[in-house]
Amino acid sequence: MRNSENPSLFSEQSSGTLRLIGYLAIAAALMAVDHRSDALAGIQRRIAGLAAPAYWLAMAPVRMGRGARDAVAERAGLVRENAELRQQLLLAQAGLSQIDSMGEENNRLRALLEARNRLSLHAQLAGLLEVDLDPYRHRLLIDQGSDQGVRGGQAVMDAHGLIGQVLEPLANRAEVIMITDPGHAIPVRVARNGLRAIAYGTGEVDRLELPHIPFSADIVVGDQLLTSGLGGHFPGGIPVAEIRDVRGDDSATFAIAEATPLAGLTRGNQVLLLSFLQVPEAPAEPESATIIDAAPASKDPTAPVSSEAGQ
Amino acid sequence: MSRLREGGWLFWISLLLGLVLTVVAIPEAWRPYRPFWLGLLVIWWTLEAPERIGLGTAFALGLSQDVLIGTLLGEHAFRLVAIAFILLRFRARLRFFPMWQQALAVLAILLNDRVLTLAIRSIAGDIAIDWQFWMAPIIGALLWPWMFLMLDDLRRRNRPREV
Repeated sequence: MRNSENPSLFSEQSSGTLRLIGYLAIAAALMAVDHRSDALAGIQRRIAGLAAPAYWLAMAPVRMGRGARDAVAERAGLVRENAELRQQLLLAQAGLSQIDSMGEENNRLRALLEARNRLSLHAQLAGLLEVDLDPYRHRLLIDQGSDQGVRGGQAVMDAHGLIGQVLEPLANRAEVIMITDPGHAIPVRVARNGLRAIAYGTGEVDRLELPHIPFSADIVVGDQLLTSGLGGHFPGGIPVAEIRDVRGDDSATFAIAEATPLAGLTRGNQVLLLSFLQVPEAPAEPESATIIDAAPASKDPTAPVSSEAGQ
Repeated sequence: MSRLREGGWLFWISLLLGLVLTVVAIPEAWRPYRPFWLGLLVIWWTLEAPERIGLGTAFALGLSQDVLIGTLLGEHAFRLVAIAFILLRFRARLRFFPMWQQALAVLAILLNDRVLTLAIRSIAGDIAIDWQFWMAPIIGALLWPWMFLMLDDLRRRNRPREV
């Protein structure tokens, strides 16, 4: 081995620079193509299937940890947890029945208005794959993909608020871009008065930024931000964040607000995938047990949103 | 041919483990400190067995990490090829450095890699970094001696069986 070292060293040096330039050029070309077009996405999607074993191995410690916790957890603790969950379920059911009645009322109002373009909101449950993607890009991986009907652009939320949207569904997985990703922006409105703004991700899990707000605008600390439904990417009325600071920006011509996302972005187990379904004239039949028919929301910003219609 | 077999399983197992460690879930607060595992492994293998790993292998490894964590296709390939090249250039000197100097050299290489990353991502689009962005190379350099000794030991145990 020592003997083979010298010749290999010299040959590396003579041809190394050329090969380096060659490889770097290929890598740069790949990045440029990947950045500018979707041509490589299909290929990447196919190869990504091979990554499944790596994800499976990476999740092993999490699975073991959970198994160990379940095995060790005391009976009393489980009983207490059970009771708490029961109580939460009851509360949630009470809330749901209220929403049902509001939904019915909303439908009646809509019928009166003869709204044609009705959209109904469907939710699909997805598990989070416990793997870390790049820490400087706020992405998540979920265990539902295009085979399960996931499409790019679907809104992703948890029990507390909006998490983000599906970026690119693979066969059995999908990548989700979180609202805190520095490359993400979402149209929002203030729940209290309907003031519209755009919330930008900052790259920090607990901070969104709303720049370019006129000083005259009525926005104060503690205001809740909801999706506005403008742009049609997200259904309207999903809680997004809470304002925690409003100050002047560097130019001193606009105010800039900071908000804390409401969703548990750091780590949960399950998320909801929302999708619009165009509802035909006749009411659609419920498709499966996992589909929740929530209050219909509309892309049309002038149409009443369920919460307002209920008041 | 025996040259290729030398350290065969260790080579593949270490790289697979490197890929798994790259995505294994760790608490949110530690995420920025995760060392560039494949970078460390490419450094080690280039240092100890350059006949096993070259610019081509580094490129392929980088591509697999890009696919695995969904970064711009080619980003990690670019970075790993750069690391492998620097290592091949200074290999003769680095091999006989004492451990602490080697760790410092690894730190320099990883910091250079961070600068490259920053450059690539600034060109590609938005990136918000903070001081933690520069911590991963330090963790990597601190881990280097342990990784070096462990892989060295595993390789030595492995060798007599294969000769």
